[in-house]
Order: sequence, then structure tokens, then C-alpha cells
Amino acid sequence: MIAELGHYALVLALLIALVQTTVPLYGAARNDFSLMGVAQPAATAQFIAIAIAFGALTHAYVTSDFSVINVAENSHSLKPLLYKISGVWGNHEGSMILWVLILALFGFAVAQFGIHLPPTLKARVLSVQASIGVAFLGFILLTSNPFLRLDPAPIDGRDLNPLLQDPGLAFHPPMLYLGYVGFSMAFSFAVAALIEGRVDPAWARWVRPWTLAAWIALTAGITLGSWWAYYELGWGGWWYWDPVENASFMPWLSGTALLHSAVVVEKRDALKSWTILLAILTFALSLMGTFLVRSGVLTSVHAFAVDPERGLYILAILVLFVGGALIMFALRAPSMKLGGLFQPISREGGLVMNNLLLSVATATVFIGTLYPLFLDATTGQKVSVGPPFFNATFVPVMIPLVLLMAVGPMLAWKRGDLSAAMSRLWFAVALSFGISIFVFWLHSNEPLTPVIGFALAGWLAGGTLKEFADRIGLFRDRLSKSLSKARRLPRSAYGMTLAHLGLSIFICGAVADSAWRTEVVINAKERDKTSIAGFEAQLESVNRLEGPNYHLERATVVIRKNGEYVTRVFPERRFYPVQQMPTTEAAIYTTLLADVYVSLGEGSKDQGWTLRLWYNPLIPWIWTGCLIMVLGGLISLSDRRLRIGAPFKRAHKKVQENGLLENA
Amino acid sequence: MVENRLFMLILAIIVSIPLNASAVEPSEILQNPQLELRARNLSQNIRCLVCQNQSIDDSNASLARDLRKIVREQLVSGASDSEIYEFLIARYGDFILLRPPVKATTYILWYGPLFIFFAGLSLSVLFLIRRKRVLPEEPLSPKEQEELSSLISGKEEG
Amino acid sequence: MRKLIYLGPLLFFIITAVYFALPILKGKDPRILPSAMIEKNIPDLNLPPLLETKQGIDKQALMGEIQLVNFFSSWCGPCRTEHDFLMRINKSEIIPIYGINYKDKQNAAKAWLLDLGDPYERIGRDIDGRTAIDWGVYGVPETYLIDKHGRIQYRHVGPLSESIFKEKISPVIKALRKQTNG
Repeated sequence: MIAELGHYALVLALLIALVQTTVPLYGAARNDFSLMGVAQPAATAQFIAIAIAFGALTHAYVTSDFSVINVAENSHSLKPLLYKISGVWGNHEGSMILWVLILALFGFAVAQFGIHLPPTLKARVLSVQASIGVAFLGFILLTSNPFLRLDPAPIDGRDLNPLLQDPGLAFHPPMLYLGYVGFSMAFSFAVAALIEGRVDPAWARWVRPWTLAAWIALTAGITLGSWWAYYELGWGGWWYWDPVENASFMPWLSGTALLHSAVVVEKRDALKSWTILLAILTFALSLMGTFLVRSGVLTSVHAFAVDPERGLYILAILVLFVGGALIMFALRAPSMKLGGLFQPISREGGLVMNNLLLSVATATVFIGTLYPLFLDATTGQKVSVGPPFFNATFVPVMIPLVLLMAVGPMLAWKRGDLSAAMSRLWFAVALSFGISIFVFWLHSNEPLTPVIGFALAGWLAGGTLKEFADRIGLFRDRLSKSLSKARRLPRSAYGMTLAHLGLSIFICGAVADSAWRTEVVINAKERDKTSIAGFEAQLESVNRLEGPNYHLERATVVIRKNGEYVTRVFPERRFYPVQQMPTTEAAIYTTLLADVYVSLGEGSKDQGWTLRLWYNPLIPWIWTGCLIMVLGGLISLSDRRLRIGAPFKRAHKKVQENGLLENA
Repeated sequence: MVENRLFMLILAIIVSIPLNASAVEPSEILQNPQLELRARNLSQNIRCLVCQNQSIDDSNASLARDLRKIVREQLVSGASDSEIYEFLIARYGDFILLRPPVKATTYILWYGPLFIFFAGLSLSVLFLIRRKRVLPEEPLSPKEQEELSSLISGKEEG
Repeated sequence: MRKLIYLGPLLFFIITAVYFALPILKGKDPRILPSAMIEKNIPDLNLPPLLETKQGIDKQALMGEIQLVNFFSSWCGPCRTEHDFLMRINKSEIIPIYGINYKDKQNAAKAWLLDLGDPYERIGRDIDGRTAIDWGVYGVPETYLIDKHGRIQYRHVGPLSESIFKEKISPVIKALRKQTNG
């Protein structure tokens, strides 16, 4: 009964979305306020309807209603509650419901919080947003309905892939989708602006918080995924340049570019058509990710069950929306009014370089990910593009970007003074140099690669800290004055400082881990010892136990340093009988400076077990750095200026009309 | 070809960084640590064909194990890295290399990003020049800017 | 001219979309790899027999005649799927099949053939899987078509079936036979 309710709710949501697509758009064209007013209640109703459908599916999972095919195929009565819930989005059909739920959530949020939006823009944004909803609700109902019944119902379900039964991965998809789908908001604003034929600083002020929210969620989602891969896949690696990982990384890169170019539109009314294009492309890359994971055109370890028909349908959606938006872009963008003028050496100039480099980075990942497809279709040849390719091409693009990140924020808008900025960079140079010397001293007889990496990280941290210190007049004014300046500093300034520092910390982690990771593989019987990076590890015992829906072998490994007890860790090997699949659960002892990572392999009491140990220096900094970026994003998002666009809009407009520009 | 040389220079500075760890069994490990290190580096560049997106160094698959053994046997018998790659390419084609060779069919792959960078750079420069022509507006002097911002804040309050 | 630049993203997107659509419309499985051994001579091999009653396989045995070489294993599920069709080929005498038993236990393989029938002219045991690697095998079952000079002409990955045989392998066999006669 409840599953049918969910099904009806989906159909209802589709109908509401149809109304929300057409009526407000027509109303905006005729300047009819009552028709435009339909958008707001429709967005609310659509969200409620989809939430009901999502709730109905979750109910079927929680109560283990195996008469629903989707539940029978992806759940099991013995599964812990958390994974019953996360099982809802652990499969194609359920994940699409989550997709449209988040899509409708964003529409709902615009309807609720976009009070200051001009009515025509708001109506058009909600209409475009609803049209995406129509396409995906149609897709779900036609090809991927999760509410279909099974008769007779099986006694128990086939269970969720054990790799997905993990707390890190339970929250990874919702975060990722908040990011992916969140970029639909930037897309809707871009298309609405193209329909209106007008982009102004106020527009950018409205787009930025939505883009920022999506970016925060995507950053968190990717971080969670990478952390999961690190501790769950049992190889100690954290990024594999797999097509599916790349599919989430591309919108992140172009979304990062979009965040920065929107600043230029907001502050200086320039780069308008480029920002529109970026908004369209960022969402296009998100849609492409959805397509790649489900169509099976590329091989990946992470892909959902592949279905060509679904692949074609999503491709059709992609072509319709992105193709349509790009046609409008080709028609409207050339006639868009040009914005403020600036010198090449200026904050704007720096942000243009930022966008150029981030675009090249996106293109590098794009070409690398899709080249096998391209070559196969063109010549029939097969080629592998793996981590060695990306490490060799992506990293060189990142180096100038990081160099620029320290300089850019120090340049003034419009006309920057490079020599003045350079003279302020002494701290960056000093920090960079200091860290390099320190790293070189620590590892003097090894390759120089990590030294370069740390020099970059130091440069970035130094430049960022100096820029912040100058802003509040630290060491220049009295401390109390600096503190009061710091209090008055806009939160977005804190956001930027934190995000850039986060990247610096991330770079340290990534460089240290790739350069100095050590590994020991042994065959150990109980009581056997080995040593790694100054730690001694002893296999105490291995016990067979029973989990809620799996069997397991759990090893007890004692870690000592200089003969003194440090900790005990418990790596596991699990076997999930329903899916007939083993998983490894690595045990990690972390100090903030390094992880000792222990993974239990196959074996027996007589033969001994394969024990793999890694010493991963600074690896916690990878996730710490990402979390600091997320934190920076959140602080910036809480900035009041981002939430109220209206009062600023009037001021900007006046300035524009006079052909003059604010110098913020 | 200047682009080419520049690119190779960048490549030379930033040597490729292997990130992944392994599925190597204790019994496979070579006595000679230098050979073992070479074996590990080679293995990370060789694709496990069965499991698709993994190197043979990461994979538990039986074919990956066999290939790891072959790599080590050949290293012990004195083969060079390129001889081992040749051996594998003869049997499985370029597909087995996770780092595709630079040749006519992969020029777009290897040099595409660089081309996009220069294309993007020239486009940005072109647009900047054109804007200057279309909007020949004199930049404001600092004094004018001050007046302007006070004007704006005045309006905002009012 | 300037306006054309704004068409760039659209053109690029259309090309990308075509490349996305092609593999789906053609029904291509990206996991299937072409062989690097086509038009190359078969590698040296000398495999011990599986059965007492049949000889093992060496390079000489595979020369002089158009034939199929089938890599199989008793532990491989898809091999079971194709076995029935291999039996039918054997019966109809279209083309001789040589079997290479890949990384298998001798007794298990023997029992398997006893149970399902033996379609092979000769069977060699590839105990450590090295012969398979020399041929570029990446997963059993794989079937190779060899011309009479001992060159590999075609490879099929996965279980053989009548439709695949008719569509893909038969035409090659016919062309090879024509060459020989003409």
C-alpha cells in the first residue's frame, strides 16, 4: 500500500513539475504576476510529493518489504538499520529518487528564500529547475521505477553490496548528489539569465550562495568517498583516477572556477558570458557523471548495474538541456553588454588565469577519462589511461595555479601593482624556503619531488597568511585594533583564507604520502613481529567471530614504539554469505602526523596470515585539508551579504547606468 | 615543437607519482630490494586486464599475480624495463600500459591540455584587447574612486 | 566571425554527445579487447597431454591446417555454456578444435570432459598459465582461429555460440579456404 502511495506521489510530482515548468515561464513572458506566482507553491508541492515518494521507499527498506523488487534486490532483513536506510540510495533506482529529491529541495529553497529575487527571474529559475525535474521524474517512471512489486515476494532479500555497508559510504552519495544536483541551481540561473538576456552583479550575488552550497557538499562528498576508499579497499590508496572518481572531480574543478568567476561578475560586472558558460558546463559535467556511471560506456569498478536503454535516456536528457542551453548561449551571449574594464595585472586578471588553469585542469581530466572512448570509436584501438597519465599531466597544471593562489588575492581590483604584491610575498618565499630546507634536511638523500611539493604548500600558506595579516593590519597596527578589524572582516574573507590554507595542508598530505609511504608485507603466524617506520607490530591472535550479517576473522595487532606499548588495532576480514563476497576492514592507528595502516589478508593458523602494513606519513592532512576547505565554504556561506542581494542590486544598477563602477 | 620540449621539461621536473599500494603476496617479493622496487614501479604501470581499472600491483586476480611473477622473473634474469614492457605489449597491446605511449594516436591525449591552455590564453588576450577598443574608458584616478565610493555608500543608506 | 566563437561550446558538446551515443547504439561492451596477436605467428608451445589417450600440443601440431584453439577450464562457468556448441562443431566436422586446459586440476578437467563430452582433437595442459599469457589470453574461455601457416586470424573472448560462430568466425574461415584453393 505504502509503495503504491510512493508511486502515485511520483506521478503527482511529475504533473506538478510540468505545471511549474510551463505556467511561470509563460507568465514571465507576459509579465503576468499571478501566473508567475504559481511557481512558488508548485515548487513546494513538488518537493513534498517527492519527499513522500522517498519516504515510502525508505519505509519499504526499513520494514524489509521484499514484495518490492527494488528492496528484494538490494536489502536483507539481517542488515543493520543504518544500511537498510543507506540501501535506499545504494542502487540505481533509489539513487535516482534521491537525485530528484535534492533537485526539488533546491527548487523549494529558492521558492522559500528567494524573497528578494525579481519576480520574472525567480519564475524563470523555478521553471527551468522544474523542467529538469520533469525529465528525471519521467526517466524514473519509464525506466527505473523503484516501486514495482514482486509476486510472490521472496522470503529474504539479496542484500546490499558489502563494500557499501559502511558508515563512510552511507553518507557519501547524499553529499555527492547535493553537490552534483546543487549545480543545477547555477544552471537554472544561467538559463533564466539567458532568457532574460541580462546578467548583472545582483545576478551573480544570487548565484554564488547556491553554487557555494553545492561546492561545499561536493567537496565533502568527494572527501568522504576518498576516505572510504582509503580504509575500506584495503590498499591504503586514496585516489585512483577511476572514471567514476573523475566524473565527480570534473564538476568540482569547474564548480571551483565558477565560484571564482562569479566573484568577478559580482564585484566588477565583468566575465559575464564566461560565467554563464561555466554554470552551464558545470552542470553538464554533473549530468555527464550521472550518465557515465549508469550507461556502461566506460569500465569502472564503481559503476551501477549497466543498462543501455537508461544510458540513452540520460544522454537524451543531457543533449536536451545542455544542448538547448548552449544554443541559447550562442544566440544571446554575443549581444550581452560588456562589463568593467581591467588591466591584465589585477585581481580580475588573476581570476581569469585561475579560471583558465582550472579549465585546463578540467579538460585534462576530461580528455584522460574519455580518450579510451574516443579512440575506440574512431580507430577501434583500445588504450588505457591510468594514474600514471594523470599524475604526469594534472600535477603540472596545478603548480602554476598554486603559485598564482598566493599572488592573486594581493592584487587590487582593476589595476594591480605586481611589484607591490611581490614585495608583500616575502613571507611566502620565506615559509616556502624554510619548509623546503626542513624537508630536504629530513630526507636529504632522496628525490627532490617532495621538496618541490612542500615548497609550493609553504608558498601558498605563506601568501595566504600574509594576505590575511595585512588585511587586519597585524603587526602594523596595535593588536586591539587588528582584532577589531578582524571582527569586522566579512566572513567570505575568512572563507577564502581557510579554503586556501586547506588546500595547502592537503598538498602537504598528498605529497608526503606519495613520496614517503612505506610498506611491509609479511606472512605472520600468531606472535610474529615486524617493524615499520620505527614502530613494531606484533600479531597477537586471530579470532573467528560472527557479525550481524557476516562472518569475520579479527586479528589483534599490538603496536609498540621503542619497546613501549602504543596501542592495539583490530584489522578484519569479513565474509558476507548472502552476496558471497569478502571485504577487508583495515585498522588504522593515527597520530596527526601519520597513519599506521594494518590490513589482514588470507591465511590460517598453521600457514600464517598475510599481513600488510603501511606507514603513511601526513595522510591525515589530506582529509583535514579538505575539511578545512569545507569549513571555509560554510563560513563564507554564512556571510550575510550573500543572502540578501536586493539592497545591493539597486546601488549596482545606478552605478552601471552611469558607466561607473564600484571599487570594492 | 617548442611546446613539446616545454612539456617534456615539465614532465622531467614532476616525475610521475605512484599513489597506490598493493596486493603483492609475501612469497612473491624478491630478495634484492632494488629489483623489488623496480618490480613495484613496473607493476603500477601495468594494467590488470581482468579487473579493468586496476594495476596488477593492486589486484588480487590470478592473471595479475601471474603477470607480477613474470615481471619479477624477467627482472631477475636481467631484462630492462623497456624489454618487459615490450614483452607485454607484444601479447596484450598498448592497452596493458596504464601510461599510454606518446604516438600519433595519443597526441590529442598528451598534448590536448597544453593546446587548450594556449588556445584559452590567446582567447583571453584577444577578448581583453577587444574590450579595450570597445570600451575606451579611462581608468579612474584614486581620488575619483574615493568620491565614487562615498557616493555609492551615500545612496545605499538613502 | 566573433559570434562564431560562441558556437564553439555547442559544437564541442555535440561531438562529445555523438561519441557517447556510438558505443551504446553499437551495443559495444568496453570490456572486450581486441587481440594484439592477429596476423602474428602462434607462439612456441609444448604442452603435456591431459588425457592418456590423446597427445599434448606443440607448435607443429597447430600448423598446416585451419583450426580453432580453445582455452578452457573446468572451473570456468562460461566454458560450460559454450561446451555444447563445441561438441556440435566437432560432430559436424566443420573445423578441428584444439583444447588448451588453462590452470586446471587434471582430475577435475578429466571428469569434466567425461561428463560433458570431449570435442577436442588434442588437449594440452597449460599448468601455470604461461602459454595463455603468450597468446594474450586474459580470461577463459577464449577461442583463436589459426590459418594453415600457423598465424592467428581471429580471436573470440567469452563463450562461443552458433550465432557468434556464423557471424564472426565462419566468414573468416571461408575467406581462408578460398585463399588456399585459389
